[in-house]
Amino acid sequence: MEIEALRLLVSVTLVTAFVFANATVMGYLERKLAGHFQRRLGPMEVGWHGILQMPVDGIKLLAKRMVVPVQAEGLLFRLAPVISLSPVLLPLIVIPFSPVLQVVDMQVGLIFVLAIEAFGTIAVFLAGWSTNNKYAMIGAMRSVAQNIAYEIPILLVALAVALMAGSFSLQEIVRSQAKLWYVVNFQLFGFLIYLVAGLSECNRAPFDLPEAESELTAGYLTEYSGIGFSLFMIAEYTHMFTICCLATVLFLGGWQGPELPWQAYSSAIWFFMKAYALMFVMIWVRWTFPRVRYDQLMKFAWKYLIPFALVNLLVTALVVYL
Amino acid sequence: MNGSQDTRTFRMHLNLGPQHPSTHGVLQLELEMYGEYVLGIDPVLGYGHRMHEKMAEQRPWQAFFANTPRIDYACGLPHGHCYALMLEQALQIEVPPRALALRIIASELNRIASHLLWVGAFLLDLGAFTPILYCFDDREQAVDILEHMTGSRLTHPYMCLGGVTGDIDEETVVNIRAFIRRMRSRFQIYERLVTNNVIFIMRTRGVGVIAADMARAYGATGPVLRGSGLSCDIRTVAPYGGYDGYAFEVPTGERGDCLDRYRVRMEEMRQSLNIIGQALERLPGGPVRAEVPRKAAPPPGQYSCSVEGARGDVTYWAVSDGSDTPYRLKIRSPCMGNLSLLPKLCRGMALADLIATLGSLDLVIPEIDR
Repeated sequence: MEIEALRLLVSVTLVTAFVFANATVMGYLERKLAGHFQRRLGPMEVGWHGILQMPVDGIKLLAKRMVVPVQAEGLLFRLAPVISLSPVLLPLIVIPFSPVLQVVDMQVGLIFVLAIEAFGTIAVFLAGWSTNNKYAMIGAMRSVAQNIAYEIPILLVALAVALMAGSFSLQEIVRSQAKLWYVVNFQLFGFLIYLVAGLSECNRAPFDLPEAESELTAGYLTEYSGIGFSLFMIAEYTHMFTICCLATVLFLGGWQGPELPWQAYSSAIWFFMKAYALMFVMIWVRWTFPRVRYDQLMKFAWKYLIPFALVNLLVTALVVYL
Repeated sequence: MNGSQDTRTFRMHLNLGPQHPSTHGVLQLELEMYGEYVLGIDPVLGYGHRMHEKMAEQRPWQAFFANTPRIDYACGLPHGHCYALMLEQALQIEVPPRALALRIIASELNRIASHLLWVGAFLLDLGAFTPILYCFDDREQAVDILEHMTGSRLTHPYMCLGGVTGDIDEETVVNIRAFIRRMRSRFQIYERLVTNNVIFIMRTRGVGVIAADMARAYGATGPVLRGSGLSCDIRTVAPYGGYDGYAFEVPTGERGDCLDRYRVRMEEMRQSLNIIGQALERLPGGPVRAEVPRKAAPPPGQYSCSVEGARGDVTYWAVSDGSDTPYRLKIRSPCMGNLSLLPKLCRGMALADLIATLGSLDLVIPEIDR
């Protein structure tokens, strides 16, 4: 019992530490990759090839004062960044990084992840509303509508995978892909729907409407500075990571891969390779496409993604039944 | 938002700019919004007023050449071109053929640089960050050549009374030829990255449609007018400064939406490359500046001249009282007419479309204020 408690404590600490490390790596990757997509070098000054740029920026943001606008709801304004971090952090405790590297293996892991992630919207809305700024408010409104619209297709395709695996436990879903990953095993369509909806879910371009900088200056982030801003950024990168982790678990076979020594632990390498490859795609998309318009975004979700996801679910159910 | 506002209908008043990423300088738009949609718009101008016209009245005729490239910072050479042609017409100065060709080369290079800047900024307005860096990469080449020709990178002091300030050497000719080759290949990249991009087409097709009548009624000129299907380019309608000797087409759009204005500008860059190529082909020798009097004093009367700038019709109109300073100089800049379309256009538009339409008009705000 005590050992179990200790294990939980250590692993939760590790997960939290990982979240910050991931944000640092992703921030650096994004800037470096963006630089190379744009025929420039990206960060080069701090450390070898600018590798220390993100820690330095982090320290800078920590040292800055977080300015709270006079017209803002002070308490909620300060609370929103904190609230934004927790829903993206919690899902990590059920993600199976390898056969044993998992904090807890919940029977309803998939539902837990999806349920917790839905809370992220509240933080964005809280931020936009408490700022009491019109740009932030429009950003918050967009965020709520967008997240509701795009959670449904994610839920529907995840359900299709759960049907095929016969379990909501993420570890079970990964195990059931030992022979064939779901992305090639009937769920390619679901995977594509998941990717598009996932991009939108973590407010990444081309669906970054809540913070569309050419329209809303910075949307719900307009008045945030210092630690508040950096917490939102960390939350965004963690959210990306969670979305990619879930995609890896559901469609890309999780930690499944060629046999390695100490399989129980080392297969996490495959997991991370897959998840970061997906994140590379997300960054690539962001720096290539223009932003869609708000009504086009909604139309796309309700008229295409949701019906197709429904059909996908029905066909999957039929196939599983047969 | 606040208690005073009607939360049920969600009408609000929004100040867009003058500090806003998409107003390209210091334009302020006072918006009446209904949630995401724009009900009405009131552009506020004057933040970049620099009294150029008044300045002209206080100094010798020739001294105003220093002001001309500063009126429109993105495409200044046509302004100098226009002023020079007007003065030469007033003083009846014959400009050497080499100077005429050099003026055209410089103006067209400037037009390409300006259109490249626009493409990048427009895509930035639509939320695509990458194209602007490709555009600046290309624009850099054009600006380098202009720097070599004129001595300056942005406000080129090139046009002067009776010709241009400097000749070009063989190296510049080679560089310009290399630039033409490079740009032709770069258009394929833009085609793939931008023109054929699904989201780009979704965001621009049918957005901000300006009917031909409306464009004419509001005094729109340049690519905005041509995007609406009217083939009106001063270089062909009323050729000036030797443009009648060049073969080029005037691209026009069909629907008058943002996509058409984009296509017109892309095609104009290709045509400008053609013009430069032709000019280099038959670049005449000889002096680059005519003999001009030290003190220019046009006989009393009114003079005017129009040229095609990157944004449209640039017209200078001057009144001389016979002294060595203008009595009055009036500049007609294209952006004012183009901007005046916006309040009518944007009614009922989504905020994102307003930004796209605003971007597609290619406004240089200080040029409106002067």
